[in-house]
Amino acid sequence: MINQGTILVIDDELQIRRLLEITLSANGYHVVEASTGKEGISLAASVNPDLVILDLGLPDADGLEILQRFREWMDKPVIILSVRNSEDDIVRALDQGANDYLTKPFRTGELLARIRVAMRHTGEEKEDPVLQFGEIVVDLVNHTVRKCGVLVKLTTIEYNLFVLMAKNEGRVLTHQYILKQIWGMAYTEQTQYLRVFMAQLRKKLEDDAAHPVLFNTESGIGYRFGS
Amino acid sequence: MTRFENTRPDPDELLATLIGEEDKLHRGRLRIFFGMCAGVGKTFTMLQTAFAEKQKGSDVIIGYVETHNRKETEALTGGMERIERKKVEYKSTQLEEMDLDAVLSRKPHLVLVDELAHSNAPGSRHTKRYQDVQEILAHGIDVYTTLNVQHLESRSETVAQITGIVVRETVPDEVFENADEVELVDITTEELLQRLADGKVYAPERTRSAVENFFKVGNVTALREMALRLVADRVDKQLHDYMQSNRIRGPWKSGLHLLVAISFYPQSARLLRWAKNLAYSMGANIEALYVETPHTLIKKETEQLDRNINLAKQLGIRVRIITHHDIVKAIVDFAQKENVTHIVVGKPRVRDVFSMFRLGNFVNRLIRYSGNIDVYVLGSDLHAKDHFRDKVSVPSFTASSRQYLATILMVVLTSTGSYLIKDYLGYQVVSFILLFLVSILALFFSTGPVLIAACLSALIWDYFFIPPEFTLHIEKTEDVLMLFMFFFIALMNGILTTRIRGQEKKIRTREERTHALYQLSRDLTQAGSIEEVAETAYRYISKSFHCESAILLKDANGKLEIKPRCESGIRFTENDISVASWVFKNSARAGKYTETLPSGNLTFYPLSGSRDNNGIIALELQKVFTEGEQQFWETVISQISGRFERELLRNAAKNTYLLSESEKMYKTLFNSISHELRIPVATVMGASDTLLGQELPDQSRRQLYTEISDASIRLNRLIENLLNMSRLETGRISPHPDWCDVHDLSNQVIHSLKKELESFKLSVIIPADMPLVKLDFGLMEQILHNLVLNAAQNSLPGSRIRVKFFYDNGGVNMQVMDRGSGFGSEDLTSVFNKFYRGRNSRAGGTGLGLSIVKGFTEAQGGIVKAENRKNGGAIISVIIPSAGLAIEEENKQEEE
Repeated sequence: MINQGTILVIDDELQIRRLLEITLSANGYHVVEASTGKEGISLAASVNPDLVILDLGLPDADGLEILQRFREWMDKPVIILSVRNSEDDIVRALDQGANDYLTKPFRTGELLARIRVAMRHTGEEKEDPVLQFGEIVVDLVNHTVRKCGVLVKLTTIEYNLFVLMAKNEGRVLTHQYILKQIWGMAYTEQTQYLRVFMAQLRKKLEDDAAHPVLFNTESGIGYRFGS
Repeated sequence: MTRFENTRPDPDELLATLIGEEDKLHRGRLRIFFGMCAGVGKTFTMLQTAFAEKQKGSDVIIGYVETHNRKETEALTGGMERIERKKVEYKSTQLEEMDLDAVLSRKPHLVLVDELAHSNAPGSRHTKRYQDVQEILAHGIDVYTTLNVQHLESRSETVAQITGIVVRETVPDEVFENADEVELVDITTEELLQRLADGKVYAPERTRSAVENFFKVGNVTALREMALRLVADRVDKQLHDYMQSNRIRGPWKSGLHLLVAISFYPQSARLLRWAKNLAYSMGANIEALYVETPHTLIKKETEQLDRNINLAKQLGIRVRIITHHDIVKAIVDFAQKENVTHIVVGKPRVRDVFSMFRLGNFVNRLIRYSGNIDVYVLGSDLHAKDHFRDKVSVPSFTASSRQYLATILMVVLTSTGSYLIKDYLGYQVVSFILLFLVSILALFFSTGPVLIAACLSALIWDYFFIPPEFTLHIEKTEDVLMLFMFFFIALMNGILTTRIRGQEKKIRTREERTHALYQLSRDLTQAGSIEEVAETAYRYISKSFHCESAILLKDANGKLEIKPRCESGIRFTENDISVASWVFKNSARAGKYTETLPSGNLTFYPLSGSRDNNGIIALELQKVFTEGEQQFWETVISQISGRFERELLRNAAKNTYLLSESEKMYKTLFNSISHELRIPVATVMGASDTLLGQELPDQSRRQLYTEISDASIRLNRLIENLLNMSRLETGRISPHPDWCDVHDLSNQVIHSLKKELESFKLSVIIPADMPLVKLDFGLMEQILHNLVLNAAQNSLPGSRIRVKFFYDNGGVNMQVMDRGSGFGSEDLTSVFNKFYRGRNSRAGGTGLGLSIVKGFTEAQGGIVKAENRKNGGAIISVIIPSAGLAIEEENKQEEE
């Protein structure tokens, strides 16, 4: 099996590390393990992994601290895997540079999908003028969106929001992040705008607005485009 | 039967003995070394006894012992630990006092405190040493002390009479009576005088004057007799108590009940002491009675009355106050009602013929009415001066000159008016007009002016109206008779009316107080919590006593909380707080106007309950309470503390209830959780064992994997619910409402329950104009999740589940309906309770789901209700108040 890349797992639970080792190796990743934050940092420096899976509740340091230290010198994707499921914790981790999060207990299938998305985003910095998602085609040059070949009329904000989401396909974007990007710094609390426009986008672009597949809600945190 | 009853101990007395015994268990024991006077060797004997105790290994210390430089005495103190005396500066002299706090914190087994009757230096905690001793006893420390007979309150008067020396330092009789042991230290008179002569008592230069002034043979013998008798009486009483408690047949207390009538004369003090001694030797109960008459007391009289009442309390005599215009009647009525056997009254001094007549009348009437009750009339004391004899009869005439002027003017005007029309009326009718006027005046003015009016109008009528006019001479005999009758009626009318008014005023005050008390008790009953009770009490005190107050209560651990229970103008200083805690600990009042720690600005009263103190109440008094106010206040405070006690007990009961509830809850939790945890774990273990242990066809393996996966989902759900429950229990749910789209909400939940809902027909109904609503998305998701799952678990596959949202009246309504079996009648009320499992519910489930729904809903200020649907099935509605934001409008704004 071709090597898909090196993944550093930092978790103090042996059982979880073993599970990840088996699962990830079976999917072609090379796995390096660390059971403490300190060990994790030194391993990251020596191995230079392609992705880090980080537990927030480490015995020697808070996971958020480790994340901060990583972000000082490393831009490789970090996925948070933690039993902490409070929305505040998750949003803080995302704000501090985590690429994605999963709460324990988790489905391994889900984890693998997140790993793939995270790795893809780091690899390519291409500026493709046309994005395609199933029946929907976005022309970034002409600012047009077509569904099944039919032009969909979007307002400027709707378009910008859609493009922001589409460019980050598979990644979770926090409310604050989206609001800041589209409306500006002063609007990070105005979630109602986001709700309204998201509803509009779903109405215009989803096959069934009641069962969205493109614009997914991450309760209390933000949105994720695609699955 | 009768014989048996006669020999049965009086149950009340037995109970009193038992209660006394119980109290004594916690208190230290007091032993008094009692002597006739200084020099008999009390201190020496005390030290000897203490020394013997110490030899036996007891922890004995010296709190305060005065050796007067006597060698033998000093030698004895050598081996014992001493508490360093406290130095107190007072008016540039240095005084030494016992360091009470040092004694209390040292906590020995036995402490020696000399000279019980000593008065402490100003600025000490208590004014008298015996109060220090009582506090030590209350802390469970035994005390040895010394006391001379002349320092006993009830004997001080007699001592003063015998020796001519007035004793100021006295100890209440109660202290002596309640002492656990009294040891008489006695030597013969001759021996004492010999010891004095040898200089063993006082230094030689003082001996001479001492012998001349005090230590005369006659004096000493009298004092000795007194001391011996007191101790003999005490032994007698002990024997009686012993017989009582051991049910020995014998001469029981005859149920004697003494009533001593006191007044505002200084002589009452002697009366009280005498009656106390009598009651003590007779073994009788004693009560004092003061009859309040319409007679207005002048300041001095009021003060003397207060002194008398205080003395009675010092002597351990209960004082009752009643209002009546006739003293004799009041005394006799009271005596008959209370089964009094002996009445003791004083014989007022005979000053003149009038008072002699009055006195004879008083005594005669008392004897006549009292029937089978014995009456003691105590001779007046020639030495005691009648301090305010002259002023006694004056007060009725003290009225402002304006009143006199007004009276005279009215009489003159009315007479002039009558004179002008007397030809039409006739002079007899004028007498009625004047009589009428006098009666009217009596309604408004005091006795003096009314008497003047009566006299003046009689004169005027005689002079101007009765023929021959303009002379005082009266011709007709019937006119003379009429004049006399006029004068008499006017006088009686006036006096009676003022007397009634006086009484009425007193009754009114009393009524006001009764009414106020009634109102207090009503308000207190209505107060539902401790805070409200405190509030009510505070308001009431400021209204009825016109002073600031603050209430401190004990906390759950029985310690006094320093924070007042109600907003109050009082700010406590360090000093106040220490007084407050003293009051709380010792359940005696202290502070300003009391004998304990009087230096501060506040007076503290304990809120004594039936078992222990509930707290204290501090008053910022502007003046000392009068006797009436004091009584009123005591009733008020007992009401307040009773109410606090009930409230505190109720809280305690509630806590106990909660504890037992949580115990029950814990058991239910244990049962239900252990079941719910074990099933999935068993599945996982069993399935994985099978998979590890044997080769299976692919299909079976897949099935086992699915089982493991399902079990883990179930386990995860349970853990999720438990965590949520614990968040609710610990009150750590703080909703963060944010704008959300209910479409989002339902999508999210339906998506997460895709598997569970597979076999159901699901419809989600959201009106087109549903606004954005401000809710905590996470909590709402959990609520809806639990409701939908609950519906799915309680209805048959293939049936329809409806989820309906609408916005109405400022609230989000969310309803989940199913076509299951619905709720049983008892389910409707308890279905949201923790661990409650519905009657028709299937196996599995912890009964947590709906209680979490309720908890999360209420955390957001909403309500949840369960109902049955008309055509079968259940409907659960959640209504949460929330702001709504219409989507269309918002949209348009953005479009522009």
